[in-house]
Amino acid sequence: MFGYVLRRTLWIVPVVVTVAAVTFFLMYRAPGGPWSQEKPLPASTVRTLNAKFGLDKPLWINPEAVQAKRDDGVNNPLTLGRAYLDSQFFNYMIGVFRFDLGPSYASKGAETVQSVIIQKFPVSAKIGLVGIIFAIVVGLPLGVVSALRQNTWIDYASLFTSTIGVSVPTFVSGLLLLLFLSQNFGVSPVRRPEAWEGLGRAYLLPGIVLGLGTMSYIARLTRASMLEVKRQDYLRTARAKGVAPQGVVRSHMLRNALIPIITILGPAAADLVTGSIIIETIFSAPGLGREFVDSISKRDYSMIMGTAIFYSVLIAIANVTVDLSYGFIDPRIRVRR
Amino acid sequence: MRPAGGPGALQADAAERLLGGRSAARQETMLRLTLRRFFRHRLAAAGLVVLMLIGLSAILAPLAPYDPDALSATARKQGPSAEHWFGTDKAGRDIFARTVAGGRVSLTVGLASTALALAVGVTIGALAGYFGGWIDAGLMRLTDAFLCFPQLFVLIVLATLIRTTSLRVLQGSMVPIAVVIGVLSWMGLARIVRATFLALREKEFVEAARAAGAGNLRIMTRHILPGAVGPIVVQATLLVAASIITESGLSYLGFGVQPPTPSWGNLLEDAQAHMRTLPVFAIAPGLMIFLTVMSINFVGDGLRDALDPHSRR
Repeated sequence: MFGYVLRRTLWIVPVVVTVAAVTFFLMYRAPGGPWSQEKPLPASTVRTLNAKFGLDKPLWINPEAVQAKRDDGVNNPLTLGRAYLDSQFFNYMIGVFRFDLGPSYASKGAETVQSVIIQKFPVSAKIGLVGIIFAIVVGLPLGVVSALRQNTWIDYASLFTSTIGVSVPTFVSGLLLLLFLSQNFGVSPVRRPEAWEGLGRAYLLPGIVLGLGTMSYIARLTRASMLEVKRQDYLRTARAKGVAPQGVVRSHMLRNALIPIITILGPAAADLVTGSIIIETIFSAPGLGREFVDSISKRDYSMIMGTAIFYSVLIAIANVTVDLSYGFIDPRIRVRR
Repeated sequence: MRPAGGPGALQADAAERLLGGRSAARQETMLRLTLRRFFRHRLAAAGLVVLMLIGLSAILAPLAPYDPDALSATARKQGPSAEHWFGTDKAGRDIFARTVAGGRVSLTVGLASTALALAVGVTIGALAGYFGGWIDAGLMRLTDAFLCFPQLFVLIVLATLIRTTSLRVLQGSMVPIAVVIGVLSWMGLARIVRATFLALREKEFVEAARAAGAGNLRIMTRHILPGAVGPIVVQATLLVAASIITESGLSYLGFGVQPPTPSWGNLLEDAQAHMRTLPVFAIAPGLMIFLTVMSINFVGDGLRDALDPHSRR
């Protein structure tokens, strides 16, 4: 089991390398350097900036640096090897594994990408957290009740609600909510910047709007999965041997019905975190999603790469955690070594 | 003409034809049964009707009384009237014409990307679940890798690149956005198909089929896949809806379909500034997204109840 956990965890490394490499080359292909603005900077300034951030170095490998070191009389193979890899790509990749995502080009290096992420991400995380808690706490019971009372009005009402919930995208429900609140109550859910510190009421509406879709999805999936389990023979066996009805629901139905739901929790969490791009735009929350959209329009390439890598690591961790949790829930899926 | 393999094969061929004939008759009644069960689900039937109407409006969009791109200096920011059913926007363009034209774009993108995701997801899930071992491990790691791509981020980056690089020729087309959404959304399907195959391949009927001499491909497509149809249908319908939402969201943020080409998403973005004075701007595309997605979801529900062999009463 320990070997499996380790293997699955180490799997994150190649994923990050792939994502980092792909985003690096996508950004490298993008037209216009990070310094191209409305008014072009003088060539000398561009040269200075390029030199400062190592953008004048070759893309892949740097044989010239090796030669220069040799000329200086350095023969240490480690130093020479490092000089050989003193290129844009490898410097960036080495930085990634040291949690150094480089300077933010838009700020001309005044801020590093990781400091911006550390500063902005908590807001996105808190919105996502409220969303996923809302989704599970409301969605799971809704699906269970729906399945236990199949084809009654409770079932129809919950199906109808969850179908609406799945069908309204966040930018529609969010905008309509904003419109409704501001026109009928004169309250604007758009908060001042201070309101986003700590975990205040500011997070309630964006979190719920964000979690609405996932909540409905979980409710639908729980219902479908409970209905599937409901017909299994082992339920008859359990009832026949005298297990109390709640016990049947809890340990025989729910436990088995949860497996497909856990499968989607990883992607769902990922959806919530990345989905907050739109939510943050609507509620003008100072989170990482909005920072990302801004960095695209500012052509802040290092910021775009850094954010994409950061989110893929996050999603990878979520997926691995979900995979590892199967074994605890379903002994049948416990891995053979 | 002599069938390859001699008299034995001839016999098998005759038996197959006999069986095939009988199963064709069975299929017909199965189809009728399925249809009857589908239409018993009233919400699903209603959803299908709404969906057909929306589809029809998208197909007939060019027949709208106004050109969706025709500007007008005199009729700007008007409310709904007999002439302009949904009013006009800040450039004097007819909102109704733009909404139905936007539907063409959004529906096409949703269907195309789901078809792509379906092809990729079912193949990968079936291979992984059926064969297991290193094939399973490899394919599932690939799926994991794709699941780790932050979808919306990658979509935004790719959409920006398409808009600004040499791929600019594709800008007005929906192809890149549909492909990108499809390529980034097959993973859920693959996982669900794999799980079903994993569970079903140990069942006795698979063993029986193998004992009767069925090959891997036949077992996969004829014996196991039908058992996976329910989850696949549910997931695929959800995916059409999700793709429409993704496309609209991208366009809403300004990274999707670019104006002046209308799509429900960028119409909503256009409307946001005038929401207080002319709420119908926002309500028209918002309602269309909502109705479409909800109808698709109801139809998916109905299909699941109709296709699920267990729910037979």
